[in-house]
Amino acid sequence: MARTVSNRRKWTFTIIAWVIALLIFFPILWTFLTSFKTEGDAVAVPPHFIFFHWTTENYSEIWSRSNYLLYFWNSVVISIGSTLIGLAISIPAAWAMAFSPTKHTKDVLMWMLSTKMLPAVGVLVPIYLIFKNTGLLDTRTGLVIVMTMINLPIIVWMLFTYFKEIPNDILEAARMDGATLGKELIYILTPMAIPGIASTLLLNIILAWNEAFWTLNLTAANAGPLTAFIASYSAPEGLFYAKLSAASTMAIAPILIMGWFSQKQLVRGLTFGAVK
Amino acid sequence: MGSISLKNVSKVFGEHKVIPNIDLEIEEGEFVVFVGPSGCGKSTLLRLIAGLEDVSGGQILINGRDATELPPAKRGLSMVFQSYALYPHMSVRGNIAFPLKMAGMDKAAANKKVEDAARVLNLTDYLDRKPRQLSGGQRQRVAIGRAIVREPDAFLFDEPLSNLDVALRVNMRLEISELHQQLKTTMIYVTHDQVEAMTMADKIVVLNRGNIEQVGSPLDLYRAPDNLFVAGFIGSPKMNLIEGAEAKKYDAATIGIRPEHVAISRDSGTWHGKVEVAEHLGSDTFIHVRVDGLGLMTARTDGDVAAKPGTDVYLTPDDSRLHRFGSDGKAMR
Repeated sequence: MARTVSNRRKWTFTIIAWVIALLIFFPILWTFLTSFKTEGDAVAVPPHFIFFHWTTENYSEIWSRSNYLLYFWNSVVISIGSTLIGLAISIPAAWAMAFSPTKHTKDVLMWMLSTKMLPAVGVLVPIYLIFKNTGLLDTRTGLVIVMTMINLPIIVWMLFTYFKEIPNDILEAARMDGATLGKELIYILTPMAIPGIASTLLLNIILAWNEAFWTLNLTAANAGPLTAFIASYSAPEGLFYAKLSAASTMAIAPILIMGWFSQKQLVRGLTFGAVK
Repeated sequence: MGSISLKNVSKVFGEHKVIPNIDLEIEEGEFVVFVGPSGCGKSTLLRLIAGLEDVSGGQILINGRDATELPPAKRGLSMVFQSYALYPHMSVRGNIAFPLKMAGMDKAAANKKVEDAARVLNLTDYLDRKPRQLSGGQRQRVAIGRAIVREPDAFLFDEPLSNLDVALRVNMRLEISELHQQLKTTMIYVTHDQVEAMTMADKIVVLNRGNIEQVGSPLDLYRAPDNLFVAGFIGSPKMNLIEGAEAKKYDAATIGIRPEHVAISRDSGTWHGKVEVAEHLGSDTFIHVRVDGLGLMTARTDGDVAAKPGTDVYLTPDDSRLHRFGSDGKAMR
């Protein structure tokens, strides 16, 4: 028998859900609102929520002071580049682990994941020195390499989970039907795994776009992505909250829009295999 | 063409010997059923023939040619899986045409074959649907369609009806038997359901723990089981098996009598007991009787016979139909 939920309970849960959602969204909303305030309004106590003097002056100043498009382009190259290279490495790896596992496949997966538990700062000095000696400091190539390595465990895990969901019977049926390994990959596996590959791609672009630790430490003027662009408004001239907010809004807007349009795919990707 | 022979075939998974050593001859055009309880190695044996598993030892000959090392696609066999294993992203047409596409057949010829197969299997109206839009029975037909278009030397069926409901299973059983009569192609069919085995097979191979217990026609197996395992496995309800002093009277370690060869009477007979349960099937009644000193026995009687639980009855076996087994479990003839 279906469980009946009383109206009062339903309302209570709805309100709780809305409050939590607003709490999560509030920092983004506040940043967005602050970006349209004057510096004075931005630090006013008590804070002005909506009734303040709206201005776009922060945006025009930032646009004229910084090369936003260069930062934007760096972000695009680093996030998409690292994700594509990561996928090219991970697809065969996840395939091998999902379809011809050995006794130690689980250990390899756990070991890969364990690298995500290492504090990044622990390897900062060696990586910084390697980058310095190989001329990779403040280059997009260097950042693409680092981002690829950082996100590789997540990409492999996500794809592995996806591939595991493809029943072995179907692959065996293809083999019986005369498909060679290559044709099995092209006609059966890839079309069946495309939703998984797509959501892995989207999630990793977002992760790489938002990554700040390595981008701040390994880049300067040339290869800095939008995270470096935000940071450049935070320190040297004191705290200019309105400008910082405008810079943040400009930095997160592209990925927020992309995330909004692809949320269905992302949710499907992240919950895949959870419910049969 | 379509003869298959297994010579000393064995399969080992790690330490576990799934199939110790099997010799088997399957003649061209035969409908052979591998039957046995779960874990007896019947599906593994089928997968070895298909080439989906590598043999650990021995030889597999298909049409007299050594196929032991050949990949699945080169063996000229088609397989129908328990889960149907349809390609979910392809239409019914795409699914049935897939093996032809892999064989490099041109589109027009492939299309004609697909439509012929669809007509035989009543799938013409569904050709452009995706597998998820079909019922279980239709999906199984698509899987069969995909297997027949290739015109293989033999069909392999791995418990193809287990996912279907009972009514549909009976229908599909008939359809597969009809298909065999039409195509006259060798078929190897794996099932744990001995009714499927009895009704469909030309030849049944009874497997237990990776060994062949007996090979023969359904009625041979039913009438003359070689050992206790086959006697207990083939037949529903099961053969009554009696050990001890009662068996000694017949110079055997165990005697067996099928339920239909036991007469039941209220007045007199060989064994006395009380009715425990009576199952009325309409056409037959299975009466389960707790016999003094021998345990539960089943008698099969006419559908009109009424027997209340607790009633005193006598059971009398038809001695001419009695099976005797030695202490090694083998039939004594």
